Amino acid sequence: MILSEAHELMRKNFRSFAETEFTTEIQEQLDREGGFNWDIWSKMARYGFTGCKLPVEYGGQGGDTLAYVLMNEEFSRICPVLAIYANTPNSLGGGPLLACGTPPQLEKYITPVAKGEKQIVFALTEPGAGSDAGSLTTRAVADGDYFILNGRKCFISGAPIADYAVVYARTNPDLKGSRGISMFIVDMKLPGVSCGKPESKMGISGYPTSDIVFENVRVHKGDLLGPLDKGYSVAMKTLDGGRLGVAAQSLGLAQGCLDEAVKYAKGRKQFGKPIANHQGVSFMIADMATEIAAARELIYSTAVAKDAGDKNASTMCAMSKYYASEMANRVAGKAVQIHGGYGFIKDYKVERLYRDARIMTLYEGTSQVQQIVISRSLLK
Amino acid sequence: MRVYVCVKQVPDTSGKVAVNEDGTLNRASMLTIINPDDLSAMEAALELKDAARCQVTAVTMGPPPAKKMLQELIAMGADDAVLISGREFGGSDTYATSQIIAGALQHLGVGAEDVIFCGRQAIDGDTAQVGPQIAEKLDLPQVTYAGKIEKDGSVLRVRRLMEDGYMTVEVKTPCLVTCVKELNEPRYMTIKGIIECYDKPIVVLDYEALKEEPLIDPATIGLKGSPTNIFRSFTPPQKGAGQMLGGSSQEAVNELVGQLVAKHVV
Repeated sequence: MILSEAHELMRKNFRSFAETEFTTEIQEQLDREGGFNWDIWSKMARYGFTGCKLPVEYGGQGGDTLAYVLMNEEFSRICPVLAIYANTPNSLGGGPLLACGTPPQLEKYITPVAKGEKQIVFALTEPGAGSDAGSLTTRAVADGDYFILNGRKCFISGAPIADYAVVYARTNPDLKGSRGISMFIVDMKLPGVSCGKPESKMGISGYPTSDIVFENVRVHKGDLLGPLDKGYSVAMKTLDGGRLGVAAQSLGLAQGCLDEAVKYAKGRKQFGKPIANHQGVSFMIADMATEIAAARELIYSTAVAKDAGDKNASTMCAMSKYYASEMANRVAGKAVQIHGGYGFIKDYKVERLYRDARIMTLYEGTSQVQQIVISRSLLK
Repeated sequence: MRVYVCVKQVPDTSGKVAVNEDGTLNRASMLTIINPDDLSAMEAALELKDAARCQVTAVTMGPPPAKKMLQELIAMGADDAVLISGREFGGSDTYATSQIIAGALQHLGVGAEDVIFCGRQAIDGDTAQVGPQIAEKLDLPQVTYAGKIEKDGSVLRVRRLMEDGYMTVEVKTPCLVTCVKELNEPRYMTIKGIIECYDKPIVVLDYEALKEEPLIDPATIGLKGSPTNIFRSFTPPQKGAGQMLGGSSQEAVNELVGQLVAKHVV
């Protein structure tokens, strides 16, 4: 797709920021030690990246979905973890509020999130409710002006550093499955809210993930988000946008792998010539580049379709995530293969990218869930 | 108060350099960037704007594609921009360039509280002449090599970065200041800035617009009005990759001497 001048300029700006600010030292420290880099977060906030596609009237930048995709791609090309930093407030965190928040809720929660003053996360998954999110058991019981929340969420990205969480809880146990679920904005400092120990993960270690436990947490009814008992459909709609973000992260990660592989293949000599001159290696590079180009076209056109209100946009988001995340794993695997034994050593960036790639086919819906979404849209 | 920031589009030094038959740079065929010192000048202007509301205007002389650079500067935070562009201005050396820019600034008007910021020098010509020459032609006080700038009413306190130390001077507005890269870290564009930059005004000043200005004399502008003639331009041969010697100083010296002996250098 030929980008507009504005989108080309955005890409240039995102790339320049990532290449300059996401230093190798920061990337390696986050991978090694986990935690969260607040300095980078502040810089992202200063330039509006935390509010990339959030509305201008609530402190955001008013970017379109293609801008958001380009940001994810360019940031992830340098470091997928740092792409997640900017991604969360714009997708899973801010998404449910944008979908059905009242003006006071938007003012109270989206404005500080867009400006990077507060962190908001998305709490849907439970130990027994992953792909089958509709079987969640966290309960919210009405009590005067409050709802009392009890339950446990798991694998919540960003939970240990969050100020707020959008929590999905069952408000009507008589309704089965995905019905009877409501959304709440929960202040993480409320009595009864606690986080588990940050998980020790294979990749994306620099963005902490943990359980959130709710023990008799009193959430004011003013923080009920959207209509009672009808929160699940909003979760699914939010995940559409989130999936496109993960697709763009996968695309950027794959491009980063290709960049590293090309550089290495040109410099590494075996049998008296650069390994790039061996057909076995050059054909792998051709495959990687072709798959990346295909994913890029799919993702960009999905971004445009989504903003245009195309009725197939939801399916296209699932296709983008499914194809790009699987592609990123294939490309990362080839990048390691081209590096040979060095690709297995932590001194080489592809070792980390290979591990980071693994989450892409898992979070925000596994590849198999995407296949369900895609096939159902055709076979309904 | 208005802050003019004079900026230049220069060849991206990471790309290849192309030269015309007359020895001037073939700018059209090269990738371009905003001159790094000029970005520092823009950042200095935007910091003044952040501290005390003022109008920041980016000014450049160049071919029409230079408009893209001006849009980037608006996306960084400049309020508007001026592109000085015309065939009559082509091929200007530093003398003629400063003549034209000074004429354009006179045309735009330099008020009692206004300031002109320039980068110290451009990475293509490396002359560091245009800024000071603009000041001379506008009869304005100038402070060069600014490494720190503070504004106090109509006085600027500027710390100059010299080779062997600092020199702090005070200067009254209107004045011209040339900025070094060490002055600050230029900000990035914001997404909102990029979205809006295409709607902000960019004034194009051609020869017709400027010809009534006293400084715009056909004898002192363009290639013909340039007292400097380029004798020859060439791309220097690429140097080979260097080699870093490790170990202790003694080991490195031994290795170095060994290699020089082996190559019959010593």
